[in-house]
Amino acid sequence: MKAAEFAYARALSVADAVALLAAAAGEAKLIAGGQTLVPLMAMRLARPALLVDIDGIAELNGIAMVGDTLRIGAGTRQAEIERSGLVGREVRLLALAIGHVGHGQIRNRGTIGGSIAHGDPAAELPLVAVTLGATLLTETSAGAGEISARDFYLGPMTTTLPADALITRIDLPIWRGRVGAGFHEMSPRRGDFALAAAAAQVELDGRGRCRRAVIGVGGAAPTPIACADAARLLEGRTLDDTLIAAAASAAAALTEPASDSHGSAEYRRRLTAVLVARALKDAATMARAVP
Amino acid sequence: MNRQAVRLTVNGKPWHGEVPTRLTLVDCLREEVGLTGTHVGCEHGVCGACSVLLDGEPVRSCLMFAVQADGRAITTVEGLAAPDGALSPLQDAFWECHALQCGYCTPGMLIAAHALIARNPAPSDGDIREALAGNLCRCTGYQQIVDAVRLARRRMGEVPP
Amino acid sequence: MSEYRYVGRKRRTKEDRRFITGLGRYVADVTLPGMSHVALVLSPHPAARIGAIDTAAALALPGVQAVVTGAEIARHTNPILHGLALPGVRWYPLAVGQVRYVGEWVVAVVAASRHIAEDAAELVRVDYEPMAWVGDPEAALAPGAPLVHPDHGSNLFYRRTFVWGDVAGDFAKAHHRLASKVYWGRSATVPIETFGVVANWNRGNDLLDVWASIQMPKYPDQMAHCLRLPLNAIRVHYDVDVGGSYGVKRGIKHSVLVGYLARKLLMPVRLIEDRLENMVGGDMHGPDRRFDVTLAFDADGLIRSMKMRALDDIGCYPGRSPLQLAKPVGAIVGPYRIQSVEYEAVAVATNKTSQVAVRGFGQAPTNYAIETAIDRVAAHLGMDRLAVRRRNFIQSHEFPYRIPSGTDYDSGDYDAVLTKTVARAKLEALIARRDALRAEGRLAGIGFATCLEPSGGNGAFEPLFNPANDTTTWMESCQVKVDALGGVTATIATSTAGQGHQTLVATVTGEELGFDPDCIRVVHADSLQALPGNSPVASRMAIMLGGAAAGAARQIKERVLAIAAHNLQRPVDRLVYREGAVFDLDNELRTLNWAELVRIAHRKYHQMPPGMEPGLQASYVWEVPKGGTMPTADGRVQMYPCYSFECHIALVEIDRGTGQVAIRDWFMGHDCGTVINPDIVHGMSYGGIAHGIGAALYEEFAYDENGQLVAGSFVDYLLPSVHEIPEIALVDHCTPSPLTPMGQKGSGESGYLGAPAAVASAVNDALSPLGITIDRLPMHPSRIEQALADKRADMGEREGP
Repeated sequence: MKAAEFAYARALSVADAVALLAAAAGEAKLIAGGQTLVPLMAMRLARPALLVDIDGIAELNGIAMVGDTLRIGAGTRQAEIERSGLVGREVRLLALAIGHVGHGQIRNRGTIGGSIAHGDPAAELPLVAVTLGATLLTETSAGAGEISARDFYLGPMTTTLPADALITRIDLPIWRGRVGAGFHEMSPRRGDFALAAAAAQVELDGRGRCRRAVIGVGGAAPTPIACADAARLLEGRTLDDTLIAAAASAAAALTEPASDSHGSAEYRRRLTAVLVARALKDAATMARAVP
Repeated sequence: MNRQAVRLTVNGKPWHGEVPTRLTLVDCLREEVGLTGTHVGCEHGVCGACSVLLDGEPVRSCLMFAVQADGRAITTVEGLAAPDGALSPLQDAFWECHALQCGYCTPGMLIAAHALIARNPAPSDGDIREALAGNLCRCTGYQQIVDAVRLARRRMGEVPP
Repeated sequence: MSEYRYVGRKRRTKEDRRFITGLGRYVADVTLPGMSHVALVLSPHPAARIGAIDTAAALALPGVQAVVTGAEIARHTNPILHGLALPGVRWYPLAVGQVRYVGEWVVAVVAASRHIAEDAAELVRVDYEPMAWVGDPEAALAPGAPLVHPDHGSNLFYRRTFVWGDVAGDFAKAHHRLASKVYWGRSATVPIETFGVVANWNRGNDLLDVWASIQMPKYPDQMAHCLRLPLNAIRVHYDVDVGGSYGVKRGIKHSVLVGYLARKLLMPVRLIEDRLENMVGGDMHGPDRRFDVTLAFDADGLIRSMKMRALDDIGCYPGRSPLQLAKPVGAIVGPYRIQSVEYEAVAVATNKTSQVAVRGFGQAPTNYAIETAIDRVAAHLGMDRLAVRRRNFIQSHEFPYRIPSGTDYDSGDYDAVLTKTVARAKLEALIARRDALRAEGRLAGIGFATCLEPSGGNGAFEPLFNPANDTTTWMESCQVKVDALGGVTATIATSTAGQGHQTLVATVTGEELGFDPDCIRVVHADSLQALPGNSPVASRMAIMLGGAAAGAARQIKERVLAIAAHNLQRPVDRLVYREGAVFDLDNELRTLNWAELVRIAHRKYHQMPPGMEPGLQASYVWEVPKGGTMPTADGRVQMYPCYSFECHIALVEIDRGTGQVAIRDWFMGHDCGTVINPDIVHGMSYGGIAHGIGAALYEEFAYDENGQLVAGSFVDYLLPSVHEIPEIALVDHCTPSPLTPMGQKGSGESGYLGAPAAVASAVNDALSPLGITIDRLPMHPSRIEQALADKRADMGEREGP
């Protein structure tokens, strides 16, 4: 399990990184934390000719609140997000999900941008980005761009990100008011990739009815999916068990899970409904606790 | 073979050399630096046997190429004891509790436990399990390892201010 | 209070210090100047004829030293030996002519670095012509099934039905008969260190030096056979720390390959499996068994007789693995007074990676089958599960107790251990907790298992299954040497994989000689220096190595007493040895201290008793207690000498929505006779339980419909982490063995032998209110949830219109 030969360049800035990517004409791969890329290279499932190291580029790091948006630099370590009070207060869904990403040692190296760009359909951070409708800011040698996370994923580990582009920042919407979030996943062991995962966030009105909601499902389709129709069922209504079950079924109906040694497609679909219901219940409970 | 110069600080001592670009940090530590205490278990980031401290944070050294660590400080199991050879409280607790059998996962476990204690000198049992969850052991069923971290926690709490 | 000063006392081990400081020396730490590295080309097919192999591009790569195929290996080495006589099954390190499983080694590449070797392996082109294959052992036995080894003429490696006692009569007499079927999935102990071996041909001495991560009986002998070398031309260095084994570190094909390459290339060669090679083609998968068990029993729970059929999917090459069906013969009735047994053992070849010895050598699956059958008897009769067990336990006054298959159990008090464990677990309260959880609508269950750990490791399973093999000794040895300054060094003939042999030998030797074990050095001989031994398998070292060390130390004492008798001019029976000194019982002032005695032995031959050899050393080679007999014609045999007992009580909860099992509480009562080092014994038990939980819930080498291994990495083969293993409460009990110097029994397999059965029992108890049983390990969440979903659908249908 030794990687194939590659060349290595450390980018000192975003401009430097995109210039290196452009020059490599599709043969380069970015490496930040490398927690997914390095094992793929060790197994020779990935064999880039050039690794462009963007670790430590200062402009890619940091967490800041600007208005109703939480801006997270793509190079920000998952461990930093986990420990961030700002994230914990403002984007509870992310705070709930982040502890499920691998183990502490993985989060010490792994970055939010790396996980989102890699696009594993069972990974937590792409799911959160899709669920919340995050905006991904990108950079190429031609200039800056942005794309909604909901339009980003094409299939397993396949995204619309051009080969010469770099995600620089993830902008997450901050919901104010009586907001609650829930995140549940089923993994055989804690820290494993999820067989299925569910994310939910709700806002309640003064009378406890759902003002708005988002539901996302991971691990049960080629990409993480936002279940807009299922979420819409909740709007204007009280989040009781029957309604939650209906929304969970609607979300599960959207899945296209695969069968493998860890479980059949049917199992994953049922699991999705269970996890969505749990996430919604948690979200409702949390929101109700907000005065 | 592509090669690249790498400078590291390993257990407080500077080290530099020219290494194959594709050499992982764990292979570099073992083969180039000559410190074989850090072990290779899976080479795909699951078992944790290769854990080291990178600028004080525990990471898997099989999930990094040595070139990525250029300029950084690494602590391996060989760097946990005091310069005079005195065992760290955790090492001593591991011995006292027999928190190992074959010893293969032990360096990684010690690194994970050291990082925990450094960040949180009074971890709960849940904190201890969470901190060790990324390190697999096949001998102990983890019980004596958890016991050892608890013992170190207790002893360190007893140290007079 | 124990009669021992060091044995059984809390004591830091001798080994741990080097491991906590990073100073262990494992095979991957052995580096020799000019050493080359091996990478392997693996078969992508479950069965295929090998056509042309194009090695030119690989050989052309700078840094590549050799590219070797199976045809070359077969010309220069003998096939690897099997435990059975199977002349049509020829096993070489590299496939010859055809491949037989995905992951089988086809070509070996030797290069200046492992990186280059892997680069070159990618450049080797192998033409394959895919062939029909078979992955299911039942299908493999059907007429017309594709043959894994065409020259063998069948996929059946072994089949024999043993009948011990009046099975037909006991079945006729019994009120009830109940059949159960269980399946033990393919898993293994999967150490964190893969297998590795380094070899160097010493041209000056015509000697092959070998460093290996090895735990294998007669390893040098097998290498010598395959490499066509005299046994004394191979020197295996047993001072290599082994990074875990629990049975699987056999590595014979690895070692033959590397030995051959080192001799061919005249350079040191190393092969350290990477994790992918290890999982798919390292030949380290464990038993993969289907059991049919029928018990004949009375209305009061008395079990009269048992019929068991065990069909084991051995995979491709048998090695010693069919013998894993033989070892359980020595505990085939568990701790129960079952009067007669019919046992059909069937070993079948399939196109999967080869099976190897796993902790317990086949006993854990057998215990799972027996315990599940016992639980079902209880359910059938509406009896308490522990009451059925107690009804059938062999009683403490009945030892030595001969079971139908001819083995004597040495000692035990099963009822007492169970009673103690029930008390510690507060079983009543535990049941109340389970019932409270159930009242909240949750799925909670309590599991039990009461099992034996045969220990002491005799090789009696070899002649039992292979009459051509008349091995009746599995001796172990120890040499104790007192140096000229009085220091004591013990030499052992084995490598160690975490069992703490240095601590064991130091403690036993220290106990016998009255010296602090910390002052006793224990070293590993190499295979040329070593006295005969059979490696630390079969839960045997506390017994066999402990016994050998005690024997050698006692000889030292005898010599010292003889020297003292001669010098004090007193009869030996009026002298007493205490902590190195010899005292005259009749005159306390007449004494010789250790320094004086050692000086006489090493320097003053004129003061030595006539005829005694100079120096002070002793060697002791111990035959297995009760060993030395061949099986009878009807297959009765004394298998292992000593029988440890364990009982498990576990509380689990199942998540209805996900099927996930969470273990809430675990208690294990354990009687392994006299404990030599409590921390070591407890550690093995904890670890064994964790292995058992893994086998019961998480770990499976699953193959897909294309014959591909789908659990080929640590991402898919799920070793339990600290989150999956609960706090475990151990309850110690001691019934000494009458067969060993200190009453010790084995404990190296403890926990693992009963934990899978206990998990299964608990899960099935949790599901029992729904009328669901799961009869297959591992009990993956998806399997449990599927059963729940099926039940819901079933109920829905019945309640339907």
